[in-house]
Amino acid sequence: MKIYTLEFEKPITELEQTLEALRGQAAEQKIDLSAQIHAIEEKLEATKKEIFTNLTPWQRVQLARHPKRPYMLDYLQRIATNFIELHGDRRFADDHAIVGGLTEIDDRRVMVIGQQKGRDTKENLMRNFGSPHPEGYRKALRLMQLAEKFDVPVICFIDTPGAYPGVGAEERHIAEAIAVNLREMMTLKTPLLAVVIGEGGSGGALGIGVCDRVLILENAYYSVISPEGCAAILWKDRANAAQAAAALKLTAKDLLELDVVDEVIPEPLGGAHKDYDETAASLKKAILKNLDKLWEMKTSDLLEARYKKYRRMGVFTRVEPKKRGRAKKDAAVVTPAPSTA
Amino acid sequence: MAVFEEKPKISETKTKKHEIPSGLWVKCKQCGEIIYTKELRANAKVCAKCDYHFTMTAAERVAMLADEGTFREVDADLASVDVLKFTGVAAYSERLRTYHRQTGMNDAVMIGLAKLDGHDVSLAVMDFSFLGASMGSVVGEKITRAIEKATELKIPVIIVSASGGARMYEGILSLMQLAKTSGALALHAKAGLPYISVLTHPTTAGVMASYGSLGDVIIAEPKALIGFAGPRVIKETTQQELPEGFQTSEFLRERGLVDLIVHRKQLKQTLAQLLKYFSGRSGRKFKAAD
Repeated sequence: MKIYTLEFEKPITELEQTLEALRGQAAEQKIDLSAQIHAIEEKLEATKKEIFTNLTPWQRVQLARHPKRPYMLDYLQRIATNFIELHGDRRFADDHAIVGGLTEIDDRRVMVIGQQKGRDTKENLMRNFGSPHPEGYRKALRLMQLAEKFDVPVICFIDTPGAYPGVGAEERHIAEAIAVNLREMMTLKTPLLAVVIGEGGSGGALGIGVCDRVLILENAYYSVISPEGCAAILWKDRANAAQAAAALKLTAKDLLELDVVDEVIPEPLGGAHKDYDETAASLKKAILKNLDKLWEMKTSDLLEARYKKYRRMGVFTRVEPKKRGRAKKDAAVVTPAPSTA
Repeated sequence: MAVFEEKPKISETKTKKHEIPSGLWVKCKQCGEIIYTKELRANAKVCAKCDYHFTMTAAERVAMLADEGTFREVDADLASVDVLKFTGVAAYSERLRTYHRQTGMNDAVMIGLAKLDGHDVSLAVMDFSFLGASMGSVVGEKITRAIEKATELKIPVIIVSASGGARMYEGILSLMQLAKTSGALALHAKAGLPYISVLTHPTTAGVMASYGSLGDVIIAEPKALIGFAGPRVIKETTQQELPEGFQTSEFLRERGLVDLIVHRKQLKQTLAQLLKYFSGRSGRKFKAAD
């Protein structure tokens, strides 16, 4: 695979290449370079640590979009067995941007549903870069209802730049497809678990994201709008994406503080793409822990908790009552201590 | 998501571009007719010559739909908080102040109980003149309260939408309002109670991806722009020419999303007739608490 390096990853890549060259040289010429190798290894670790403990929100967005980042199917390969993919929405088509099917994780039978990106151009054309059409959301709902019918919990892997903004998507009512999912997921009688593994692109992410527990990988993001889109509207220039990324509070840590996600799953130093196996192992552990907890709950409690989880989201305040109808010239919105609903 | 949030633009230096200036005359956007403002108001803000539907404020819409003197507004004092301390070219708190000054509202939706042709209803009306009626925590909360109140009282809920989408300034919390409002509608539907969605110009993005699309009946005003992604975004992404009349009420009725397109002057009687049809055997399906 082509080596792809983000700007801020370069010092790491350079050291890695040096290290590889040294090792090659040592093996080829049968000389002892262990001292040099050790020194480089230490420097590499230190560099990684320095870069990755101080990532900016925009750098995390870039990591979430890293072309080598593991996707849903990479994880399934490592954590699940006997996967049977189920296709189509029974109405129009099978959307390859959303994959769904039954599988086993250890001895738990689960329905997995998630957006899937492609690894190369050909695959990306088939997967539409992970941007689903209405059919994808309708397939997802069909599979969730199937899971509900047979008492199977659902795990959703969120990884999309957003629902597809296209003519066909509008003609077949992508907004309606998402809206119906939001409504139906709220009362679905089986545990629902979501993991944001890469990009959590707005309504396209939420369309399979109304779940009892929402987990997120350390370098994934979840946002109401892409940083570029936000920059284009507010700064009138997409080049301000880094500033927008910071303003939107879209990192895993921010989301945990805002109570929008329940748990952050750590990634290996250097990002998920540096070690698929290690990331998959952490992911599996977190999934099973949360799934088992949800599985123990009575369905009525589960549904009540799910409703409350979303019901309390949002921050607002009450202003002093004043004469309504006509705006006063110097009237300001008074914002005392924020109260959460 | 918030495609139209920045329109209508509020600018201090340039001339204000209100649809209905406070002047005596206004030019119709569609046919160019010069209309006497008073006449336009008397005609439900519809151009008498070409039927162009001008944007209505929430208060005007409520006055048009509710039986006289029956609307009881609640939660008018709920106001947004700059929870993310949104820094950028425009400070969110400053924007909120500006729009509050201009509209007298604390946020972009008005909710309350009313009678509509004698039927008790919970009514929510969005106001595009407040920050493009983008949906943040306050809009989401008030819409949810309007729905929950209707469920509690076993009465129908009617939401008149207009919105540019989720409000960027509140980030992910705005997105979560889609789930919150849709969730409330799930319980309302399970209780067997009606919800009528009225879409006005323009309703897009986050509101369409939640309650806008979830009506038992979906009504649109003529020629309203309705959709998920903005036309410009679609054009840029797909490099495709957009079909004639794309994302209009008429287009969406042809494509099967909108049940009916109703002229503003017939809206109240259409809603009343639908409520009658939905009131069940001998009209007892839902009944307001007296």
